[in-house]
Amino acid sequence: MTTTGHRGLDHEEPLSFEQDAPGRTGVDLPAPKGGKNRLGGRARARGLGLPGLAEPQVVRHFTRLSQRNYAIDAGMYPLGSCTMKHNPRLNEKVVRLPGLGDLHPLQPTRTVQGALRLIDTLAHWLKTLSGMPAVALSPAAGAHGELCGMMTIRAALEARGDARSRVLVPESAHGTNPATAALCGYTVESIPANARGRVDLAALATKLDGSVAALMLTNPNTCGLFEDEVQQAARLVHDAGGFFYADGANFNAIVGRVRPGDLGVDAMHINLHKTFSTPHGGGGPGSGPVVLSKSLAPFAPLPWIVHGAAGFRLVEHDAKAFGRIRAFHGQMGMFVRALAYMMSHGADGLRQAAEDAVLAANYIQARLQDVLTPAFPGPCMHECLFDDRALKDTGVTTLDIAKALIDEGFHPMTVYFPLVVHGAMLIEPTETESKASLDEFIAAMSALVRRATEGGQEAWFHDAPRLSPRRRLDETTAARKPVLRWRPPEPATAAE
Amino acid sequence: MRYLPLTPEDRSAMLAAIGARSIDELFIDVPKSARLAALVDLPPHQGEIEVERAFQDFARANLSPFSTPCFLGAGAYRHHIPAAVDALIQRGEFLTSYTPYQPEISQGTLQALFEFQTLVALITGMEVANASMYDGASATAEAVLMANRVTRREKSILSGGLHPHYRETVETYARYGDFVIESLPPDPEAKEDVASRIDGDTACVVVQYPGFFGHLRDLAPLAEAAHAKGALLVVVVTEVVALGLVETPGAMGADIVVAEGQSIGVPLGFGGPYLGLFATRERFVRQMPGRLAGATVDADGRPGYVLTLSTREQHIRREKATSNICTNSGLCALAFTIHLTLLGEAGFARLARLNHEAACALADRLARVKGVRVINDSFFNEFTLALPRPAIEVVDALVDAGVLAGVPVARLSPNQPLLERLLLVAASELTTEADMDVYVAALAGVLA
Amino acid sequence: MATRKFTRDHEWIDIDGDVATVGITDYAQEQLGDVVYVELPAVGKRVTRGGEAAVVESVKAASEVYAPVGGTVVAVNDGLTAEPATVNADPFGAGWFLRLKLADPSELDGLMDEAAYRAFVAETA
Repeated sequence: MTTTGHRGLDHEEPLSFEQDAPGRTGVDLPAPKGGKNRLGGRARARGLGLPGLAEPQVVRHFTRLSQRNYAIDAGMYPLGSCTMKHNPRLNEKVVRLPGLGDLHPLQPTRTVQGALRLIDTLAHWLKTLSGMPAVALSPAAGAHGELCGMMTIRAALEARGDARSRVLVPESAHGTNPATAALCGYTVESIPANARGRVDLAALATKLDGSVAALMLTNPNTCGLFEDEVQQAARLVHDAGGFFYADGANFNAIVGRVRPGDLGVDAMHINLHKTFSTPHGGGGPGSGPVVLSKSLAPFAPLPWIVHGAAGFRLVEHDAKAFGRIRAFHGQMGMFVRALAYMMSHGADGLRQAAEDAVLAANYIQARLQDVLTPAFPGPCMHECLFDDRALKDTGVTTLDIAKALIDEGFHPMTVYFPLVVHGAMLIEPTETESKASLDEFIAAMSALVRRATEGGQEAWFHDAPRLSPRRRLDETTAARKPVLRWRPPEPATAAE
Repeated sequence: MRYLPLTPEDRSAMLAAIGARSIDELFIDVPKSARLAALVDLPPHQGEIEVERAFQDFARANLSPFSTPCFLGAGAYRHHIPAAVDALIQRGEFLTSYTPYQPEISQGTLQALFEFQTLVALITGMEVANASMYDGASATAEAVLMANRVTRREKSILSGGLHPHYRETVETYARYGDFVIESLPPDPEAKEDVASRIDGDTACVVVQYPGFFGHLRDLAPLAEAAHAKGALLVVVVTEVVALGLVETPGAMGADIVVAEGQSIGVPLGFGGPYLGLFATRERFVRQMPGRLAGATVDADGRPGYVLTLSTREQHIRREKATSNICTNSGLCALAFTIHLTLLGEAGFARLARLNHEAACALADRLARVKGVRVINDSFFNEFTLALPRPAIEVVDALVDAGVLAGVPVARLSPNQPLLERLLLVAASELTTEADMDVYVAALAGVLA
Repeated sequence: MATRKFTRDHEWIDIDGDVATVGITDYAQEQLGDVVYVELPAVGKRVTRGGEAAVVESVKAASEVYAPVGGTVVAVNDGLTAEPATVNADPFGAGWFLRLKLADPSELDGLMDEAAYRAFVAETA
């Protein structure tokens, strides 16, 4: 223990509010002139309680906080289904170019022709890669894209006077799928998986009838497997008059090798923050454009771009459209980054990236097979999935392995998802890890599982992690007695 | 390809370890008819030099609001961002990390979110805030859904002073659920009577503050009227800098406050990504959408932070979740946190005052142009002009004079003759005397 | 002396005349882990057999508590709001959820007695 509580490069950092000196500021602004206001009597008399810090303090504060985060820049981040790949810095440079990053969304369109051309170019890449004829660009993230796609489906169904009430979702789906379907007013029914981890076609067929609006299916699915009967599933849904919504969260596995349009998909969102590497930024922002089939394209939300005689035009109003799902036009900052990523890779590099991602996942699956059991046989796509059979009767859990990996210098894989696999460990290495780093991860995982299966290691694992800025946190107390903000200390009350 | 570390030798060795002869064997589950043999019809890979050049070309075809006098607002505002903000958010530990699901190695993001939640609660005058939403409009829609859950009622009344994009977003979100949305007509003169429309079926009333047309109203009587009928007051703020100077929505009785946080730390960026703020009262916290960071201790008793109350969310509650939201606007929330921390109490108040003073000076000057009327009695940094001609034409003509003159109300609310001549004009701390001179002269010229 | 019965959703119900007390079983609390929050219905609310009566949450899961039989809620255990841990510590006693005035006592016939419930748990586990 040190006098300061700091441990070398790892600094204890109090809240900004605890470093406050009244009146201090980190921004020098000109002095106001004073005089009468026109606030309609709404001027605030009391202070807000914001902290006062100078710039050096603020820079140090957030630098120290940053040093308590794991990041792709620092190491392998094999968080399954999240696609934590390298974020190229060129993309950060071009998004900040004057004339791109600083445009107002409501400038007259003739002053933003370059921006509209950029969006149109991105749309062309997305349509070409997906093999779909249209794309709605405004969704702010994957779940927002699902909402957009499912509302488009509902609008199309209503336009043909076909009210339907049910949406089918596989058991293994991301939680956003049922949540989205419910938000669109549908009841959600789950379809079981077959023994090979794919949708059970027979079960699907029995659930399909004229009341099913859509099947929502992730492909490659959340078990990291390609749905090999996806075309039959699409045909069954279409034959019943429903639509096929594909959750494109795992599109990164197949870019350049498979076009969703060739699989019978009617709508699919593409997470630009996964497949096309816009940075995750600690949880967002994302971007979730939705590619649409010919039958759904007329029902896309506002706004959209059209080519006119005088250049590009933005359609911001249309009586037929189902409406808008956000303000303005979309996540332009993510469009710029994603397009820079695509243009850097090109048709050849994008395909190679998908192949390398799949190769890396299969390599891990193969190399860990002597210590862990893959949940399903056969090749995986961009992520490999293990169950916790190997840990049976050791007292060590999937969570313990994850926490011990932290001490080994890795971000853990996704654990306990998908729910259909007991003690699931979902590992997505991505194409941007070198073989050396994959080998290091494999060695660490193998050693941990071997240690667990030796027996008597329960306590050692339960104590992990030991080397991180914090050890296991008490989530039970956090939820029982939520403390969601800082409050100023109570002034000491005088003794009676 | 510079982003792909595997060498041909690596690939061969890895295939051998897998026991596959070629990469194609790993794609064996793809139906034959869907396997692409050739590359898709798109250009091949390019180096940084070529890609950067292409983006410079895109940029050159635009007129930057920072290179010419700009008076655009209507929900997106041109403000200064201190240099430290961008430097800090580009630290890889923030930029290239994910949602803090492993709190032991995510304390940086979690503590920053805890500070963010506190800042949002303080400036809105509310008790708690979440860790951000996509943008102000989607946050408003989520607020309406939440009011329906809290009150178990179906009707929401939207003020005619609400941003049209926000109104449309709420209507879209509500379209397929058991909701009734009563949208009042656009209200440029701030004369509407919302209170008398509240009844026992009303879940909430949604008002914007300052209003879309710029007016500032005392919302306390409306809060009282809503509460008397068991309804909630939802207050929407599209220009958060105003909160540096005006009474907080919380102090006037708001139950939910949502806002667009772009003005603090987030570049204009042609409309996104932006930052939805969401704050409410403590007793409603379990009905709140979105992620939440909370304080706790670790196994050694040291203070730390975790994501908490997750059972509200889609990954646990699935179809019964409070919202389908997953990704939030984390990096924008960080930028907001850094910028507002740099400003502090003194800087935030000063920034707001500078904005208000610039707008007052601009309103006075524009009012002297022949045929132009400022319709507001009250405003913060944005007000509405009544012009003698359709505003879209005037704005277009002013582009030729190098002035981005404002947002014609008709762009957002078309085909309404009463709104055709109205122009929203915004000023900020970046507006100079010279900018105003250019604008006034150009407008007088166009209208002459 | 009250009679105790069980449901397949792991609720228990103690019947005392026409009023019944409902809670979740020891097996249920153990499966759930540390309980962090309990959402209780309003007194006076009518519930139907198998309908949602309350919600119990741990850090990572949320479960509905279903009414074993139909009736009107006459009391709820407000103590759980402040101390949800009571559900873990004493599921069959201080951790009770709510009291119902039975609508149709014959609905009790379909429930399991303790021996049957034990066999049911042994089979599920």
